[in-house]
Amino acid sequence: MFLHLLGIACFAFILARRLAPLVRAECDSRFDRPLLRLGRVLQFWLGQWRHPRYKFAGIVHILIFLGFLILVSRAFSLLALGVSDSFIPPAISGSASRAYDIVRDYATTIVFICMAVAAIRRGIFRPARYAVPARYGKDRSADAIFLMALIGILMAADGLFEGSVAAWHSRQGQPAEFLATLSLPWVLKSALGSAPLTALWNLHLGAYLTHEVTFFFLLCYRPFGVQFHVETSLFAVYFAKLDRGTLKPVRWGVSDKDLDQLKSFGVKNFEDFTWKHMLDFYTCADCGRCSDQCPANAVGRPLSPRFITIKARDYSFQHYPVLGRSNNGHPLMGSLYSEDEIWSCTTCGACEAECPLLIEYIDKIVDLRRGMVDEGKVPQSLQKPLKALESRGNPFGKMEKKRADWTKSCNVPVLKGRNGAETLYFVDSVTSYDDRAQAIGRATARILAVAGEKFGILGAAEKDSGHDVRRFGEETLFLALRDHNADAIRASGVQRVVTADPHAYNALKHDYKDLPQVEHISQVIARALKSGGIKLSPLENANDTYAYHDPCYLGRHNGIYDAPRDVLDAIPGLTRVEMPRSRDRSFCCGGGGLALFYEPKEDQRMGVLRVRMAVDAGANVIVTACPFCMVNIEDAIKVAGMEGKMTAIDLAELVDRQMVCGAG
Amino acid sequence: MEILVCAKRVPDTSENEIELNSAGNDIERDELVYSVNEPDNYAVEEALQIVDRAGGHVTVVTVGGDEDEEILRREMAMGAHHGVLISDDAFSGSDGRGIAAILKAFVQTGHYDLILTGVQADDGCAQVGGMLAAMLDYPFASLVTSIEVLEGRKLKIGREIEGGSKEINAIDLPCVLSIQTGINEPRYVGMRGIRQVASVPIPTLGVPELGVDPETVGEAAAKVTRLDYFVPPAGRGAEMLQGSREETIDKLMDLLKAKGGLN
Repeated sequence: MFLHLLGIACFAFILARRLAPLVRAECDSRFDRPLLRLGRVLQFWLGQWRHPRYKFAGIVHILIFLGFLILVSRAFSLLALGVSDSFIPPAISGSASRAYDIVRDYATTIVFICMAVAAIRRGIFRPARYAVPARYGKDRSADAIFLMALIGILMAADGLFEGSVAAWHSRQGQPAEFLATLSLPWVLKSALGSAPLTALWNLHLGAYLTHEVTFFFLLCYRPFGVQFHVETSLFAVYFAKLDRGTLKPVRWGVSDKDLDQLKSFGVKNFEDFTWKHMLDFYTCADCGRCSDQCPANAVGRPLSPRFITIKARDYSFQHYPVLGRSNNGHPLMGSLYSEDEIWSCTTCGACEAECPLLIEYIDKIVDLRRGMVDEGKVPQSLQKPLKALESRGNPFGKMEKKRADWTKSCNVPVLKGRNGAETLYFVDSVTSYDDRAQAIGRATARILAVAGEKFGILGAAEKDSGHDVRRFGEETLFLALRDHNADAIRASGVQRVVTADPHAYNALKHDYKDLPQVEHISQVIARALKSGGIKLSPLENANDTYAYHDPCYLGRHNGIYDAPRDVLDAIPGLTRVEMPRSRDRSFCCGGGGLALFYEPKEDQRMGVLRVRMAVDAGANVIVTACPFCMVNIEDAIKVAGMEGKMTAIDLAELVDRQMVCGAG
Repeated sequence: MEILVCAKRVPDTSENEIELNSAGNDIERDELVYSVNEPDNYAVEEALQIVDRAGGHVTVVTVGGDEDEEILRREMAMGAHHGVLISDDAFSGSDGRGIAAILKAFVQTGHYDLILTGVQADDGCAQVGGMLAAMLDYPFASLVTSIEVLEGRKLKIGREIEGGSKEINAIDLPCVLSIQTGINEPRYVGMRGIRQVASVPIPTLGVPELGVDPETVGEAAAKVTRLDYFVPPAGRGAEMLQGSREETIDKLMDLLKAKGGLN
């Protein structure tokens, strides 16, 4: 009884202390759309939706999770037994109670076995993704195994509690509790069959005491490490971000025009994170799946999303201790995080697509970048393109009047005011100015013409979409670019905007507001193929094998996986293979927008790894649907010395090549 | 320490396609974008870092017209405490000596311990810093790549020497230094920073405030005048080395050695 009160009081105190930084954190808008959030709790929390993506660990986790759910009521009834011997769980009686007992016996057994399996896996087989590189601190396996051992003890004590009392009853000739065959209590009961009666009774009491002490120790110890997610995950999943492809505003509740009034932008100190982001830090189970998928981590850049979280959690525990005074307000940059670490992210979203607990990374990275931009800490390699974006509206520093020069060899009308065009082709900077990407622009224009679209471009009136300006933390410049383009698009009177650049697509769709409908060219092509507006001729060289590379901002951030594949499959004679890392596990080519200019510290290029993946899949043509992917992958083919063995082509270029002109 | 940085607004070579105008005496200036001369930006960053360590203020001055105010705002957004625009019809068309004379008059209106200039302007001749020092009778060091503040009104400065060597000098304050790019990593100035200093007043000084004799500056007093301006004709194309890979590598090595590219 005393133990219970003490345990609960300790737990409540620790929780209250853990809430301390959340109270000081920035606000966050997470209370909208409760039904949708509830649905996600059912899918990702109760349904453990993402766990089987890592099959073995995922299944073990699902078993443990289910076991815990079943045992939660058991834990409470055991608690109640401590208060009163005659306690009977309410609402469960008779056969339902019997059935629950059987399920519970098996749950205890399964959790016990899973703990043993998991501990052996972590202790002996040591999957690589749990390793802690020296620069991020010490290995955490010992703590993980200790926690598993505690749960194991909890299960064993539960089984012994049941088994010993059943043995005691049956030795006395009394009707013994029914124990599920081969369950842990059943095994223990059988093993204890010949033990003296007093020993059985002492074991029964001892098991109870062990169970309760372990339970409360575990309860109070979990908020100090990875198992805190047992308590926090439900909330983290409920409050998780709902809208893919979007970025959080600089500060929730502050409109764009009031931003100039803010004293500071972005995250500089720990307290500048939002409470949800702090909850994420508590919730991380240190499973390492994010970093296992992270392309920056794969090529040896100084970034591992897992440790973005773990380091922040360590900081929080250290600066907001359970005992003692909070010690807050230290800048994070240069101590907790390095500048290179934060610039290394391409915002591809692989980490977020993988996290079973829906922990967010891109918003945090962007907020940290906003803080650095605000303090002038921007790498020299990015300062020139940013300055050029400010003065010329493109990162290359090229003249505005040359923005439409790529159209010289094909006839594309430049929209000046409302001239009846229904569709605007938003080209964006890289396609307008990069020699290689310009070919994608011309192919896109020809496709739009053949598909019968009445379309035009903005020409010199178009500026960079600002997609990656925003994701590199330069919000004020982004807003200027956005306002300029939004005005120009609205003034053109079009009903639809089409782009072949997924970064522009994502910006126009999510970062801009009140625009006409926005589509990616792959969607336009897929529709035109269905309606017969575009017809495709058979491939000349049927020996080629094609692999489609999902651009991050088309696939992961916008869910457009099938339209480009449907288009490819519509080309007669085309053989297509899938790389294992495709769709929402696609591997970033190196990043678009300003990422083209950033000079990272890395062992190799992401693009080179990606090209090797295509080779391994048996492909000799990589099809992309993004001008940045094209630039990166073609460079990578050269760097990897694969010229002649591997080629890259944009979806629009391929369709343009195979298009039967005059069709429809 | 009170530091003065002399800065200039120049056409940004990385964001312009420089073409001759039809008269052939200047570049085509329509549609050019301008920015602060790059070495001057390094000088401002260096001044800010010195002040961070040793205390004091940074003033940025430029000689020009109203349109040059934008670079003062940009440098103030970086952290410079004051900006001063020197502008007068009598100053237009000054040669390097004229600009140095105008700056000298400005320096004498205040108490500056250290005067920094960029090593040279993108469209300039790397002359103003040295002449300014001579007119003020201050010590001067050029191509400075490091500055350390010593006790007793002295600086320890590093200078870049041709061929990659470096020398370290002590120099007495007050002095004039011309700053080489690469001495630091200038901080980024975003639109937000510039907006925040948009309403800070910037004084404009002319002949009456500075007490410069108008006869000694301006176009009429210039002793260096531009006669011609042209883009040199493209030279002979690159030399293509012929032969097998080994042969071309050997030839390339010989050429590099002959031209001093390899030691």
